[in-house]
Amino acid sequence: MANLTVTDELVAQRDVFGNTLVELIDDEPRTYVLDADLANSTKADIVSKQRPEHFLEMGIAEQNMMGVAAGMACCGLIPWLSSFAVFLVNRDLDQLRVVVAQPNLNVKIGSAYTGLLTGKTGKTHQEVSDIAIMRSIPNITVLAPADGVETRQAMLAANEWDGPVYLRLTRDPHPTIFASAEGSDTPAVNAFEIGKAYVVREGDDVTIMATGVQTVRALQAADLLATAGVSAHVLHVPSLKPIDSAAIIDAAQKTGRVVTTEDHSIIGGLGGAVAEILGENAPTPMARVGIQDTFGESAPNDELLEKYGLTPEHIAAAARRLIG
Amino acid sequence: MSSDGRVSTERLRQLRQTAIRLRRHVVESVHHAGAGHLGGPMSAAEILTALYFEVMNVDPNHPDDPDRDRFILSKGHCSIGLYAALALRGYFPEDELKTFDAIDSRLQGHPDMAVLPGLDMSTGSLGQGLSPGIGMALAARLQNKDYHTWVLIGDGDSQEGQIWEAAFVAARYDLDNLTCILDWNGLQQYGWATAAGYASDDRLPPQENPAARWQSFGWHTVEIDGHDPQQIVSACVEARGFDGKPVLIIARTTKGKGISYMEGDYSWHSRPVTDDDLSVARQELAAQEEAL
Repeated sequence: MANLTVTDELVAQRDVFGNTLVELIDDEPRTYVLDADLANSTKADIVSKQRPEHFLEMGIAEQNMMGVAAGMACCGLIPWLSSFAVFLVNRDLDQLRVVVAQPNLNVKIGSAYTGLLTGKTGKTHQEVSDIAIMRSIPNITVLAPADGVETRQAMLAANEWDGPVYLRLTRDPHPTIFASAEGSDTPAVNAFEIGKAYVVREGDDVTIMATGVQTVRALQAADLLATAGVSAHVLHVPSLKPIDSAAIIDAAQKTGRVVTTEDHSIIGGLGGAVAEILGENAPTPMARVGIQDTFGESAPNDELLEKYGLTPEHIAAAARRLIG
Repeated sequence: MSSDGRVSTERLRQLRQTAIRLRRHVVESVHHAGAGHLGGPMSAAEILTALYFEVMNVDPNHPDDPDRDRFILSKGHCSIGLYAALALRGYFPEDELKTFDAIDSRLQGHPDMAVLPGLDMSTGSLGQGLSPGIGMALAARLQNKDYHTWVLIGDGDSQEGQIWEAAFVAARYDLDNLTCILDWNGLQQYGWATAAGYASDDRLPPQENPAARWQSFGWHTVEIDGHDPQQIVSACVEARGFDGKPVLIIARTTKGKGISYMEGDYSWHSRPVTDDDLSVARQELAAQEEAL
């Protein structure tokens, strides 16, 4: 699916989340949604209105919600949790560890509002360590789709996957990069597979590896670099665990230079994972573009991206520094 | 058992005998392992016996039967008590109790459902057991199944806030197919000092007046002597039949029950059992069995 472009079609992953939950329930009636009083933010409220018998409000009590989900999973149901990432990752982390991850139960964590772009809510509501935390816990699959199209694909795959899945979503509308036509046979629609990374732009001079919606800005960075005569190879890594080590090594060796980028701390996320893989298998000069071991703040999205160094310009500048 | 839970005199004698044998397995297993929890498994011996031998609809030959009753040991550190009950009931050979806490054993320090069939939930981090019980009770309702879910919590266990999140949500969903049993043994690992301070071995109880607290959360409560098998069975029969609310059975118990030197002594929450300790315990348990 190489050489994708950033389209003008803006879609919020949370809208796709709510609508796809309805689709999952219709396809697999064992699917249920548990909400911690944030359904009208995460858009799980679509389920509460359209499939009310599959919506269970758990109130502002995430620890209990995680345990309830574990119990339901033991009895053959497929619970999806709806809340903000900061709470689903931190507030009930011990519950996730003991009653979901250790027994490897089939619980799906719909983690809304990840990263810095959380609607002017500030550092309390900005989850920038979730990839690091989740991928260090055994048995948990960690997915971060790039746009609305891939969000739906990832959810379909997660519902088929037998085991806990953490799905990393972003609040606000972002440009679509994957073909969105329903029923299309293009690889962009049908290829999503847990554990796979995808080349979304072919290039020769530098490799940009990105995850989640940051892949949109990685493609925009590749466009910027192209105007300056630099050919960027872009690898999209939506599956952070299991991670596609072979694709990462191939993409690194293709250009000999790697920039990673993510709306997440540079510690322990995609950048950390790539450094681990390349350090052991194919040492490659690297730059990590992400949040520099700091907490965020409340501000408009564009100002946050600028201040915390996540814009296409920041990615392109890091690539140029690597090329020298 | 009659419809109101009355069991025959002979059956009561058998249940008491099974509880004594459970206690013997606990103290022998902890002695063999070198260390382990004792006070809690001892206080819960009659509760576990009544559940597995009289109350619950379970079959050790079909531990994954989707229609079976579910049991969760929220006070997961009392695992050896549960393992002894499962072994006595026939889930696995009693001899396997010797592997408790050993490398590669299915009998982990805290219950691990990933390795031992017959465990309905992994526990060990306190306060977490009631919530999966809600999930199982909700699953029964959603799938039109008749099984009942039983959760055994401790009074120290329920100092964790999650228990009260769960208590609220279970009542909000009117989960009358869920019963929580409180092993109200009055002690925890170290505990809260009395006016005499920590120079004294006396401790304040972990929880005061649980009936009022749980009733205020919307639960029906039943208070019993947690060492009387008849009272346990009768309360469980009442709980299974109760409509409209989840039920809390408050089982008044003694920590370390059955071994004289352990009873009411917080230091026997968890500690090694010496050869002499074991010898005395065996003599006392044998005398109790003899007296039945």
